[in-house]
Amino acid sequence: MSDLRTTTLLMGFRRRRFRWAFSTSLLIITALVLSCMALILGNTIYPLSTVLSVLGGESIQGATFAIYTLRLPRMLTGLFVGLAFGIAGSTFQNLLRNPLASPDIIGITSGSSIAAVFCILILGLSGPLVSIAAVISGLFVALIIYLLSRSGGFSGGKLILIGIGIQAMIQSAISYLILRSNQNDIPSALRWLSGSLNGVRLSALPGLVSVVLIFSSLIILLGRHLRILELSEQTATSLGVRIDLIRLLLVLSGVFLIAYATAVTGPIAFVSFLSGPIAKKWVGRGLPSEFPAGLIGAILVLGSDLIGQYAFSTRFPVGVITGILGSPYLLYLIIRMNRQGG
Amino acid sequence: MKKINPLLLIVLSIIGLSISILASLAFGARHIGFLEVIQSLVYNQGETLNQIVVHERIPRTLFGIVAGASLGISGALMQAITRNPIADPSILGVNTGASLFVVAGIAFFNIGRPIEYIGLALLGSSIVALFVFGISSLGRSGSTPIKLALAGAATSAALSSIISAIVLPRTDSMTNFRFWQVGSISGATWEGMLTVLPFLLIGLLIGLFSSSTLDALALGDELAIGLGVRTGIVRLLSTGAGVILCGATTAIAGPIGFVGLMVPHSVRLLLGPSMKRLIPMSAVFGAILLLFADVIGRLIGSPSELESGIVTAFIGAPILILIAMKAKVKSL
Amino acid sequence: MCPHPLLESHHLVSGYGDHVVVNDVSLSIPKNKISVIIGSNACGKSTLLKTLARLIKPMSGEITLDNKRLDRIPSKQLARHLGLLPQSPIVPEGITVSDLVSRGRFPYQSLFKGLSAKDYEAIEDALDIMGIKNLANHHVDELSGGQRQRVWIAMALAQDTDILFLDEPTTYLDITYQIEILDLLTDLNRRRKTTIVMVLHDINLTARYADYIFAIKQGKLIREGSPSQIISEEFIESVFGLECKVIRDPVSNTPFIVPKGRHHVLEACS
Repeated sequence: MSDLRTTTLLMGFRRRRFRWAFSTSLLIITALVLSCMALILGNTIYPLSTVLSVLGGESIQGATFAIYTLRLPRMLTGLFVGLAFGIAGSTFQNLLRNPLASPDIIGITSGSSIAAVFCILILGLSGPLVSIAAVISGLFVALIIYLLSRSGGFSGGKLILIGIGIQAMIQSAISYLILRSNQNDIPSALRWLSGSLNGVRLSALPGLVSVVLIFSSLIILLGRHLRILELSEQTATSLGVRIDLIRLLLVLSGVFLIAYATAVTGPIAFVSFLSGPIAKKWVGRGLPSEFPAGLIGAILVLGSDLIGQYAFSTRFPVGVITGILGSPYLLYLIIRMNRQGG
Repeated sequence: MKKINPLLLIVLSIIGLSISILASLAFGARHIGFLEVIQSLVYNQGETLNQIVVHERIPRTLFGIVAGASLGISGALMQAITRNPIADPSILGVNTGASLFVVAGIAFFNIGRPIEYIGLALLGSSIVALFVFGISSLGRSGSTPIKLALAGAATSAALSSIISAIVLPRTDSMTNFRFWQVGSISGATWEGMLTVLPFLLIGLLIGLFSSSTLDALALGDELAIGLGVRTGIVRLLSTGAGVILCGATTAIAGPIGFVGLMVPHSVRLLLGPSMKRLIPMSAVFGAILLLFADVIGRLIGSPSELESGIVTAFIGAPILILIAMKAKVKSL
Repeated sequence: MCPHPLLESHHLVSGYGDHVVVNDVSLSIPKNKISVIIGSNACGKSTLLKTLARLIKPMSGEITLDNKRLDRIPSKQLARHLGLLPQSPIVPEGITVSDLVSRGRFPYQSLFKGLSAKDYEAIEDALDIMGIKNLANHHVDELSGGQRQRVWIAMALAQDTDILFLDEPTTYLDITYQIEILDLLTDLNRRRKTTIVMVLHDINLTARYADYIFAIKQGKLIREGSPSQIISEEFIESVFGLECKVIRDPVSNTPFIVPKGRHHVLEACS
């Protein structure tokens, strides 16, 4: 073991870690830039200095209302919802070792969504009660999918197919609820079917932010465990990972994140699905990708909302934009998966 | 899985079809008794309000039969050709593809006649069918059910977003925003239905014509060729028929899913896998199913109505789940 | 726990669902030696290995490490003593060799810290023993089957356990690789005094490389001992139901089994 060879090994590690840190920093900067743009742009464009003054507490005619009351809640919601969808999506994909096992494909996001729709549109509820209902509903659906996929021998493919079926059923039921509630006008329907940042309330923010901070931290801390779980159950057991406990914690955290986010904005299409794979590629494989996935989610949501609001003559809700942006990448991923996996 | 006496099944289906036709004419925003329905049909009266309502519902009912039959046969054909128990025009994303092309045609090229709708829909469904089947065939294991379903679901979701994006700014000019995302037989006109009818007949004929070959194909390509079957041509014809059937239906009704999945499986359970029986019975069962779905949609959605496509999804998805649950791990 | 603790099983019963495969096996794994579990197909040898490696929960009976029950030892601590070479493991896409091997250091890592100097040493040592140091920064999915197998063994080595379990580590490899892997395992056993427990299907390689053999038939332990002690024609007949002739391996001077089938049997031998 000469020093020369030791250095190669260590250098390899250091190089990868450095790339991780650099890529993640770029993501943080991008997210910050988009957040600022969300505060600057609008019917009236305020310069950055004005924005900062308003945030600092100064009261400026017109600007305070526009920035503080209108744009800030929207921006913060988009940021944290994006973080939530991104981290939760990445977690599920890693747990099930398949990028297609994303909560918005296998019905878990819809499962949370339908509870939120029911509470808000039919029961007329609002606030933390809705979010709790969404969590319970999401967990319930996740459990059902898991139990059903165990019949006749568990396989990831079965779980995904069953998830797609459950998703179709729940989407139908959501359409029915929307119809029933006489909210069949397009903006509301769109919100609940593909997600929107319109009309988000400041009151929903504290709950959202706390949940996102708590459960994201938990998932990030358990990142190392998740990376061992990725290898195989046998390997994880022999390396000392307490599989059942870790899985339970991760699924719970993921569902909490998704449920709270969905209760506020509806299910924003594709964010959960795309964030994980993009993050892995960007930051380097084999390295922790949870936090980067959250950042990518935030970037997707904030960026798409900006595009949806200002790029065209019609205002599009964020879900439609992420849908369009996500589609080609979705197809590309499937093609690539099939080519490699077979 | 006891096989029913085919004759008995035919009698039962005719009864079932009659009931569903009556129900389709009777129920809705205004409920009319069965007897009155029969009277207004037989005596062709058109004076009382009830009788007028019945007559107004006739095109819709007839279209339900035509569309349901088309979708049923389409599903049977696709499952036979891909040897895939979950092949269905909606799962493969073919419906969404047809829908997208029609929507694009309306938005950008101002088409308006049913024949134009159908032309674009056929184009769209063919392209998407090729695409979905293509990407699911990549890789060592070829086109497995799970890969096909995933490719279809992904493509469907992707195209659906594009449809939303096109329709949203044009909600005043597009008949109904939801229409192109979830299908319904409510918009059927005589003209539309008559335009679809020839396609249905062509599809039905091709299906019947290829049925014995398709039975041989079910044994595997090599065996079929060994038996002297011209697999290439039959595959092409049948796939074409399947795509035409669902494309034409989608052009008029929007994308209605799961009929092509549920119906062939139910028929297979009752009558066995022989295509000679499967094709015509899938037509009948498909008609019954779609009419019933439509009636349910009207009943539970009243005073408005829930699109048939939503009802079929709700009934059909459990079938998908059951199939997935029962499947042996290897075959997925 | 003392270094090189003793692993024993007491009246172990194990299997899948309601199906009993291992039926009342009591044994003691010899320390610092290479032990091989042999038996005919579906006799329970794989199940026995997996239960000893705590991958399968016993139905009854117990397994002890240094006289402490396995299920009473915290899993991370246990992972520092018992290691396993995984069968058909999944390679995460695009991961480098050294990153994958570093996963083996999980039992030693605390929640907030990264890899320590000791961890790096262990990784380097593992790569060195397996002769793949020059591949450290390559992507695992670009390697050949034999190289990949070495990477997985390196990961198990980085785990630095007293006992290493391997379930048919040579099955999909050709004869060159088989010998190579078994030689590497012997190196490991001599260098680090690692206790090795493996299931092998090749009786002659077993006779050459094993210090100790456990013979399983229909879920029961019917014989144990060193190869020269127990391998005989009647032994092979009772374990595998195969007629054979036992000679001396000219290369290693260990027992060598020459099977007798129905064809190609000289008259002098029948």
